[in-house]
Amino acid sequence: MEMKKPVIKSIPYEEFKDNETLEALIAEINKERTNVVLGRLDDLINWGRSNSLWSLTFATSCCGIEFMSVGASRYDFARFGFEVTRNSPRQADLIMCAGTITHKMAPVLKRLYDQMAEPKYVVAVGGCAISGGPFKGSYHVLNGIDKIIPVDVYIPGCPPRPEAILYGMMQLQRKVKVEKFFGGKNKHQQKGYMPDEPIIVTNCPTEQTNGKDE
Amino acid sequence: MMEVTFVEIEEFRSTMIHLHRKGMDFLREMIGMDWNEEGLGAIYILENSDTHECTEIAVRTTDRENPELPSVSDLWMVAEFYEREVFDFYGIRFTGHHDLRRLFLRKDWVGHPLRKDYDTSEEINPIRMESEPVEEFSREYDIKDDKELAEKVEKLKILHYDQYTVNIGPQHPATHGVLHFHLSLEGEEVRKVDIHCGYIHRGIEKLCESRTYPQTLAFTDRLDYLSAHQNRHALCMCIENAMGLEVTERVQYIRTIMDELQRIDSHLLMYSCMAMDMGAITGFIYGFREREKILDIMEEVTGGRLIQNYNVIGGVQADITPGFAQKVKEYCNDQKKRIREYYDVFVNNVIFTNRAKGVGVLTRNDAISFGATGGTGRASGWACDVRKRHPYAMYGKVDFKEIIHTGGDSYDRLLVRLEEIMQSIHIIEQLIDNIPEGDFRTKTKPIIKLPEGRFTASVEGSRGEFGVFIESRGDKTPYRMKFRPTGLPLIAAAHKIMKGCKIADLITIGASLDYVIPDIDR
Repeated sequence: MEMKKPVIKSIPYEEFKDNETLEALIAEINKERTNVVLGRLDDLINWGRSNSLWSLTFATSCCGIEFMSVGASRYDFARFGFEVTRNSPRQADLIMCAGTITHKMAPVLKRLYDQMAEPKYVVAVGGCAISGGPFKGSYHVLNGIDKIIPVDVYIPGCPPRPEAILYGMMQLQRKVKVEKFFGGKNKHQQKGYMPDEPIIVTNCPTEQTNGKDE
Repeated sequence: MMEVTFVEIEEFRSTMIHLHRKGMDFLREMIGMDWNEEGLGAIYILENSDTHECTEIAVRTTDRENPELPSVSDLWMVAEFYEREVFDFYGIRFTGHHDLRRLFLRKDWVGHPLRKDYDTSEEINPIRMESEPVEEFSREYDIKDDKELAEKVEKLKILHYDQYTVNIGPQHPATHGVLHFHLSLEGEEVRKVDIHCGYIHRGIEKLCESRTYPQTLAFTDRLDYLSAHQNRHALCMCIENAMGLEVTERVQYIRTIMDELQRIDSHLLMYSCMAMDMGAITGFIYGFREREKILDIMEEVTGGRLIQNYNVIGGVQADITPGFAQKVKEYCNDQKKRIREYYDVFVNNVIFTNRAKGVGVLTRNDAISFGATGGTGRASGWACDVRKRHPYAMYGKVDFKEIIHTGGDSYDRLLVRLEEIMQSIHIIEQLIDNIPEGDFRTKTKPIIKLPEGRFTASVEGSRGEFGVFIESRGDKTPYRMKFRPTGLPLIAAAHKIMKGCKIADLITIGASLDYVIPDIDR
């Protein structure tokens, strides 16, 4: 069987922009044939996954306030199944990077991303997360989080409007729908992003000072 | 124009002690400076908290290799953090400071970025992907007998590891951004709080030095995004004063009204977040319901919801819309009724009052010494409102009450904000019907150059005094631009407030202090 177009309830398929990206993804998956049973199971699971995207609350600056607005009653992202925000990366499906990432924050973001369970997604919210935004060229700003972690959806704006954040999340829903959960890799982790060596954590007190306090 | 008195290093300590004794108890700002061949130094802006009289003192050293200045952290408690900032940015070592570590940048950062000879190339400071080790010892510098600067041999422990230590942050929902608390606990009681900032330090002050004046305006909105109008107002006012540009009365009216709308917006958010942090989601939803109405008005007039980019040099970006006055009045009438609901649903709730009353007390003297302005200072009984101290725009001509509580606890800090919402509505109501006709923007030259000199301006931001300092050399870009963060003094005071409280109270105190991290880190 073949994979179908990703249709979501909220907005008709034709009204989305850049359907070409998704169609290219579908074409790539459809090169290999899929078992009918597994394909049906895939559809079911992807339907469930795309309607319950739980995000990690990760807001560093202004965009985080707009993210809070999306959660409040007026825009209410609970309508689309995004309402559960998790404070632990181990329980989250996606990391919504809202705000500037600086040199000091970069290892923390990377570590949070590594702590999340597969399948995981990254949404870059706002100009700073996409490219450094107005602070591009500063000595302490990372010019785009895609330098350290792979990004699935970019939401431009400074900060993006709540409608834009919802639109971006819907694009992610569609992206989730065109994935093979069974009988194939569900997500290609791009090479180059994985660190060759594990991150060394040095926050613990050293042996010499343990119990040798004044 | 600011008149700075330069003092010799030898006389600096005695001058400062003398000034402190004379009642200059509020260190408003400390500005690190790099005057190239004239040396490195710092400018101190002092204020008398009773008479509001100001003095500016500067000190400098010509030694660029090993710059050293005497510390004043024993006189003004906030100087402890200010000096760490200057050490971080300029590498000036303050002798007598007991904990001189970097404040914003990583421990392994090479160089001091705000120096004029700093090399910004990626090779020197690449993105380091390993976690930053937490420093164990504080460093103190002292002058030895042979006049050589040396690191004190005996090191002071920051935290005691035989006690239980807990890390909160940098990514934690209750820190309102990216801030790292390193606590040592004894049972449930907090013994010491070590705060690590800089997770959102974007180097705005350095970026400003390479931007023209109109370009620098955009950064102010992104410092404290909940007082975007006031911040931009301060910078525009500073540049206009320096240029000798008069803005029309219409502009003053519009700016004042927008400032107050922004203040209500911010206080509503503070109330909402405090409710959410303490588990009362209903309170959060109620606060955001009214906040959206302000954002609607903002959007209609300025085109932006959260960050408006509205003030420009000489006026405002666009004129107010025809239905503006009507909408604002409708909103004000509505808000006055709705504010009762906040008290019913959250503030008078017995669970909240028990968790907030008497928790995190900051005394008046400490508030002044820490320079904790805004709602925090006023909850401790310090009349620190810039709108009353140094009136600007229309504030000298409108009638409003400065809200002052004396408890100094978390509960009072929330009450101050809620009562200030009513005062802001009162100010708006006096102005909204009388907006005079006139230009909304005075024409300026396409290239704006400021005359040589030092200029300051300060406004009452949503959470304290926001100040701007510009040193101009007559170019179209500033030689040095410094913003007084409203949140850094609050963070500096956090240790004093949090010490001895229960770990669960940290959340209450953090929410009531109402700091915005991008404003602290700049």
